[in-house]
Amino acid sequence: MDFELSSEQQMWRESVHEFAAKEVKSRARETDEHARFNWEAVGKMGPLGLLGLNVPEAYGGTGIDAVSAAIAIEELGWACGSTALAIAAHNGLACAPLALFGSEALKQRWLPRLAGGQGQLGALALTEPGAGSDLGGGVRTSAVLEGEAWIIVGQKMWTTNASIADVIVTLCRTDRDRMSLILVPTGTPGLHIGPPEKKMGLRGSPTHAVTYDEVRVPRENLVGVEGEGLAQTLAVLDGGRIGIGALAVGLAQAAFEEALQYAQARETFGEPIARRQAIQFMLADAASEIEAGRLMVYRAASLKQRGQPFTVAAAQAKLLATEMAERVTRNAIQIHGGYGYSAEFPVERIYRDARLMTIGEGTSEIQRIVIARGILGLR
Amino acid sequence: MHVVVCVKQTPDSAAKMSVDNGKVTWGDSGLVVNPWDEYAIEEAIRLKEKHGGKATAISMGPESAKEALKTCLAMGCDEAVLISDPALKGSDALATSYVLAKAIEKLGDVGMVLFGKQAIDGDTGLVPVAVARRLNWSPLTYTIKIAELDPGTKIIKAERLLEQGKQIVTATLPAVVGTVKDINEPRYPSFMGIRKAAKAVINTWSAADLGLDASQIGAAGSPTHWPRVFPLPARAGSVELIDGTPEEIAAKLADKLLADKVI
Repeated sequence: MDFELSSEQQMWRESVHEFAAKEVKSRARETDEHARFNWEAVGKMGPLGLLGLNVPEAYGGTGIDAVSAAIAIEELGWACGSTALAIAAHNGLACAPLALFGSEALKQRWLPRLAGGQGQLGALALTEPGAGSDLGGGVRTSAVLEGEAWIIVGQKMWTTNASIADVIVTLCRTDRDRMSLILVPTGTPGLHIGPPEKKMGLRGSPTHAVTYDEVRVPRENLVGVEGEGLAQTLAVLDGGRIGIGALAVGLAQAAFEEALQYAQARETFGEPIARRQAIQFMLADAASEIEAGRLMVYRAASLKQRGQPFTVAAAQAKLLATEMAERVTRNAIQIHGGYGYSAEFPVERIYRDARLMTIGEGTSEIQRIVIARGILGLR
Repeated sequence: MHVVVCVKQTPDSAAKMSVDNGKVTWGDSGLVVNPWDEYAIEEAIRLKEKHGGKATAISMGPESAKEALKTCLAMGCDEAVLISDPALKGSDALATSYVLAKAIEKLGDVGMVLFGKQAIDGDTGLVPVAVARRLNWSPLTYTIKIAELDPGTKIIKAERLLEQGKQIVTATLPAVVGTVKDINEPRYPSFMGIRKAAKAVINTWSAADLGLDASQIGAAGSPTHWPRVFPLPARAGSVELIDGTPEEIAAKLADKLLADKVI
């Protein structure tokens, strides 16, 4: 058992960290405050390989290992939750199903562009007004084959990246009991992307309702096997959960660093608050829990990399890391006292960002169901 | 064209320098590629991409400097050579220029040698000029733009950023080019580059490999001496917060600056 990163992974971490510190963290505040997507930084991500984390080299991606991919999202999360979420969704939710299940023609048509950063990002549309955790029973968006085209009608909600994407991979009901993933280019007539949702945090990561008003796309835009959309989606979400877990570790690390620094600088009753046991315990818990979360995320990624089953490990990592991030960011505010509640200090933003992590890409409750099914051998 | 970039591994610019027992230390802070050198590395890679040939990074330093060379490879340099030998310890700018010039001669077919403006630790900025002098090449320091370069006719036209303004100079290759910050925007290493760098073998040349004269290297070959090293006393100062509307603050600030004869 080896807990050391390889020299390649170590260099990758340093490189992404430096990029994230200079290009992403420096603009995290305005990204959130003005709900302004950080295109300046994302525009530079293609050549680094950050937009092709799940794309094989043959299609312009990096062919990166799953641990390195998690490290990238963790470092981006450390810098800015909004930017990290957009990039995690682009890689883990949009590029992943195309790379895993897409036809050769679809992959060649879209992946080099998405991974290289020549165009915009990708999005995955699953959730609907009546379908969140219950995708299987709730999805009403339908796609009907008419000649050589799919006609899509319906509505999606909470689609991350929709307004900054070139393609939206959409989960559609293609039969009474069967669903399929279909790629929809965002310029397609009949596709309407609503205004960005007003959210508690992650304001620099646009989230939208998307309406499909008889959207017509070529038959070849089917991603993978017709009728297998739900199974494909669940497989994609397994990987996406590693990304959200990694993002949560990054958020927690950032809040912890802020709290650590503040506790050593802020004095009460003549000495730094870091000398007080109450503060020390919060810092000690944070350091320990972050380490636990990080190890679980890396282990799930490592299983994925080795081609072993990782559904339960990914759910456990996401559950633990995201709930950990809530506690750590909450305590980081507590350590800052009144200043922590002020938008002048970053911990307030990080706390708001962390709150989504236990909801998006499968709530904590869904993770527990996934884990329970795993340990009980249920289906 | 074969372009060589000379790099130095230095403490991180965020490191807290202190003096301990007459020696400068930076605690356990990490080592990085000298930030000024990043511009020279980027320029070397761009020249190679534009004119063909190859870019080689060289560094004189301890074994740890291989990490800095790996960064050069990850950014896009083709090859890297470490010049490392216990006998080189204590070399000053003069001795270092001798070693680097010898290494450049050994590489053989070099058309241009690039340097960063200076190293953030030693801060002398002497080595590029000294290397040029030893090689008898033109030293084009403070270059902010390589305006024209023709590997065929071996003519280079460079814009130098001087205190008085820009100076446009023409020289014949081979030449030594010292870069300044605004010459380009250094790229970040890509994952593909990192993968290549992680697998790369970096050759090490010793003093013997370069046929160096022992009297010209290390402490013996370094006329520079530091009889006493001490930290500068902390600058005294005070902070005053000015209250009011932005207009009032600006007016009060201007009054204060005028009163103190700052403006």
